[in-house]
Amino acid sequence: MTNRDTSWNDYKIEQIIGVLLRVGVSVSALIVFVAGSIYLSNERASRTHYDHFHEEGTQLTTISGVIHQAITAEPLAIIQLGLLLLIATPVARVLFAAFAFMLERDWMYVAVSLIVFTVLMATLTGLVI
Amino acid sequence: MTNLEFTVVVGGGSFLAGFLGALTGLGGGVVVVPMLVLLLGVDIRYAVGASLVSVIATSSGAAAAYVREGYSNIRIGMFLEIATTIGAAVGALIATRVSGAAIGFVFGLVLLYSAVLSRKDPSQKVVNHPPDALATRLRMNGTYPTPSGPQSYNVYQVPGGFGLMFGAGVLSGLLGIGSGAVKVLAMDQVMKIPFKVSTTTSNFMIGVTAAASAGVYLSRGYIDPRVAMPVMLGVLLGSLLGAKVLARAHVQVLRYVFAFVIAVLGCEMLYNAVTGKLR
Repeated sequence: MTNRDTSWNDYKIEQIIGVLLRVGVSVSALIVFVAGSIYLSNERASRTHYDHFHEEGTQLTTISGVIHQAITAEPLAIIQLGLLLLIATPVARVLFAAFAFMLERDWMYVAVSLIVFTVLMATLTGLVI
Repeated sequence: MTNLEFTVVVGGGSFLAGFLGALTGLGGGVVVVPMLVLLLGVDIRYAVGASLVSVIATSSGAAAAYVREGYSNIRIGMFLEIATTIGAAVGALIATRVSGAAIGFVFGLVLLYSAVLSRKDPSQKVVNHPPDALATRLRMNGTYPTPSGPQSYNVYQVPGGFGLMFGAGVLSGLLGIGSGAVKVLAMDQVMKIPFKVSTTTSNFMIGVTAAASAGVYLSRGYIDPRVAMPVMLGVLLGSLLGAKVLARAHVQVLRYVFAFVIAVLGCEMLYNAVTGKLR
């Protein structure tokens, strides 16, 4: 039976996915922590109010906006960059799963993974503009 | 409150929420949002944005630990993620079009439902009907490790589970929570997947589901780095610790206490939504 082979491959895929997720979360948490500490040491005594939602707020609502400000070492933009990395982690795992199913020649699940990936990309297009 | 005080209070509260959320299996989001909204007066949009980010962090962090044990089923997870991601995108779009009061109202109902659900014990029965044709075609049937060797299981009622997963996705996108409770309900109760496989696969799916609404949230300015930073770090650390303690803890009493707290928060959320304190 090929069933045994498949489950072994699934197991191996899951191991790699586990590493991918761990690295993504750790790196993003580290970035957020370091940038957050810098933000606090700069502005610990000032007050910010969150009781009213501001549509415009910061310019940290697009990928290019975040990167533009992050390279000027703006701490809030670097936190946001860490959060973008965090959001990208599950997206990367879906793409990796598609690749892994391709190696297994499981075309049905290559298609399933790519559908999920397409949905994710469609929702992220709002960030590109 | 100064920025430092705000960060410390929110970080500490999020740590506690993540810890209790992991111990009771309800996730940190259901406590973080009411804490920010009811106790600290944060606008519910910033609250759900920050919570959603923490949901991605905990799901990915916990899933990394679970996959090594070999319980989660990536085929079931991936297939159902079609439903949850589309649902989450729809939920997030709804969130950007309705008032804070409407979000708060639905949140209150979900809190009350979670309070009831958290007191229920998981079903442990093994179902042995003949394999379902659709599930077999989708190659969802699998095995999971037990002390006496691999135990095989079959999956049933794929369309019903798929539909419920869409609902779980909508709730996740609307409220910035993982809706793990609904996901487990769909897999454990409807699709008859063994509880341990359901919970680990659900956890696996939560991050991908949340990522589908995160793009919408971020582009609309719901994710404020100053709020999201302490929430994400606090919930992540709390839930990692909670998962470590879980193996040794007696959670029955804790679950009752937690259910009570959530029920109170749910009532207050509904009250605030109805009386117009949330906008």
